[in-house]
Amino acid sequence: MAEKPNTLAQLTCPAPLPKKDTIVVGHGSGGRLSADLMRDVFLPAFANPILMRLDDQALISVNGTRLAFTTDTFVVKPLFFPGGDIGSLAVHGTVNDLAVGGAKPLCLSAAFIIEEGLSMEVLRRVVKSLHIAARGAGIDIVTGDTKVVEKGSGDELFINTTGIGIVPDGLELSANRARPGDKVLLSGSIGEHGIAILAKREGLEFECPVESDSAPLHSLVADMLNASGEIRCMRDPTRGGVSSTLNEIAEQSRVGIHLEESAIPIREEVRGACEMLGLDPMYVANEGKLIAIVAPAAANAVLEAMRRSPLGRNAQIVGTIVESSQPIVTMRTPLGTSRIVDLLAGDQLPRIC
Amino acid sequence: MKYLDEYRDARIARALAAEIAREVRGNWVLMEICGGQTHTIMRYGLDELLPRNIELVHGPGCPVCVTPLETIDKAIELAARRDVILVSYGDMLRVPGSQTDLFTVKAQGGAVRVVYSPAEALKVARQNPECKVVFLAIGFETTAPANAMAVWQARREKVGNFSVLVSHVLVPPAIRALMTSPDCRVNGFIAPGHVCTVMGYEEYESLARDFRVPIVVGGFEPVDLLEAVLMLVRQLETRDAHVENQYVRSVNYRGNLPAQRVVQEVFELADQKWRGIGPIPNSGLRVREEYGDYDASRIFGLETIAAEEPAECISAKVLQGLKKPTDCPAFGMRCTPQNPLGAPMVSSEGACAAYYNYRRTAIGSR
Repeated sequence: MAEKPNTLAQLTCPAPLPKKDTIVVGHGSGGRLSADLMRDVFLPAFANPILMRLDDQALISVNGTRLAFTTDTFVVKPLFFPGGDIGSLAVHGTVNDLAVGGAKPLCLSAAFIIEEGLSMEVLRRVVKSLHIAARGAGIDIVTGDTKVVEKGSGDELFINTTGIGIVPDGLELSANRARPGDKVLLSGSIGEHGIAILAKREGLEFECPVESDSAPLHSLVADMLNASGEIRCMRDPTRGGVSSTLNEIAEQSRVGIHLEESAIPIREEVRGACEMLGLDPMYVANEGKLIAIVAPAAANAVLEAMRRSPLGRNAQIVGTIVESSQPIVTMRTPLGTSRIVDLLAGDQLPRIC
Repeated sequence: MKYLDEYRDARIARALAAEIAREVRGNWVLMEICGGQTHTIMRYGLDELLPRNIELVHGPGCPVCVTPLETIDKAIELAARRDVILVSYGDMLRVPGSQTDLFTVKAQGGAVRVVYSPAEALKVARQNPECKVVFLAIGFETTAPANAMAVWQARREKVGNFSVLVSHVLVPPAIRALMTSPDCRVNGFIAPGHVCTVMGYEEYESLARDFRVPIVVGGFEPVDLLEAVLMLVRQLETRDAHVENQYVRSVNYRGNLPAQRVVQEVFELADQKWRGIGPIPNSGLRVREEYGDYDASRIFGLETIAAEEPAECISAKVLQGLKKPTDCPAFGMRCTPQNPLGAPMVSSEGACAAYYNYRRTAIGSR
């Protein structure tokens, strides 16, 4: 456990300076700039074997019990959006980071950074929503913290949640376990959370409003794990969307991933909104979806189990892990041609026309 | 999605590709003008579907790419001023100026806002009467009417704190400049459907006639572009050279006359510098004298800043269809969407970014 990974041997602390000398919003996008920040600033400073797994949760062994440990901060604007709010999101986000590691969530913390001037009623609504979402996930919020910052030093309300869960014995899920031939499963239609937020923020109105897919995935994960012991890894494709998550898996497993574009479920409203806004749904955030890499022989059994579960009804096999000299995600278009599905540099930018 | 899925239908696309292969005899170099069309070609791999004797080269029609470095530098200078809110389309923020980009200025405290339309920029001006709100009004004929409309409305409503920093470019003079260049290899053009929705295609007839070059106004979906290629091939194989309209569901001969009227009301023809290409006479628009109070260049007395492009960037040749992005020694190495040396690597409509995002291994291994 104490062995130092070779890849970090050359890196020294203090952290080398990244190429950009200022943080820009793209550093928080989940794309290449975020990856650079990890590689250039955080990993060299914190390097340790637990962190170096680079999964959505840390795995810690305590007297033979394996604990999953994860943290996430929520800065969503607007605080309330169709299908959820910052409170429910703060629970689901952290529960899902535990769940995709195969952990049964135990409890959460919640820390609030509040900008002075926030109405008490808004805070109460958010807190109630946190409570209801935690109950829905079968867990309690057992500790917390409150800080108030001066007007202008925050943006209404930020929430951090940290979660602990227990990983069953013998279960090994990690983004470095994908092997050529494995299948890529996606639990449902993509892009709904990101579009719901954007539509609300930009004041866009659709005939059928798009709701965020924000939901706790632990039951879906339990159903999948019951169906097969041959799931290699699971991830929830939040910021940066499905493409960023798949690029991370390809990178960590040193494989290629080949997708079938026509197999990827996208609701009409989301496709329409993306067309209008010039966005690619593959890069739009989800908050209630997961990607699973599954051994080929077990793929159908896991798919069936997902489809029986309420949050996996539209699950699909969307691609295959392939051998590749470089970790790259490609996609077969409906025309039979192929293209790269790359990590974005930063945030997707609205196009001029 | 109705009116889109029909034009992405794989069966129709393959049938068109097969028809092109059946009819083509000669070797033809075709240029799509618009960056949106380049994006579709790369995203759907249309060049893979075409026979080898058709070569697609990519034109200068990415508004972000051809906006001169000086304009970006002026925008950056304005954004850094404490009394200014600079409002822009999103993809301009990452375009490198000579020293920095708007994203970085924003991170350092500059007031930079992203909008989807100039009408929203005008709204920002109404909501912030204590600030000077400058809209970075760039683009081809497509965005000119909305930009002109914002200025016209600002004057009518007496919104005194609103102005536009204009860098508008026009397609026909660019085609003329490309065709008169001694290096020109282009045998046929796919004209930009959105530009022609506004302007019609009457003005392309003299180009087809003067240079004996077929021009087809094309849409932006795979079937549109393949059909436009087929129409060009048919003209080229019969030694014909006239203007045809593939994008009939959006474009008519004279275009959108009310839109053209508001452009003429607010803007006038001007010489214009194109990033990567250089100055082209009468190829741009500037704010008319009567609307001078809304012209950021005049109000702020912005000096013309002489700016140099990175020497390694070959975007000039890429934007004229003389080189492919992958011919550039910096492509994918020192020039990536994350650290672009030149503008075509920034916008998703830029030819270099389209190659980088969708095709770099396929092309590299050829």
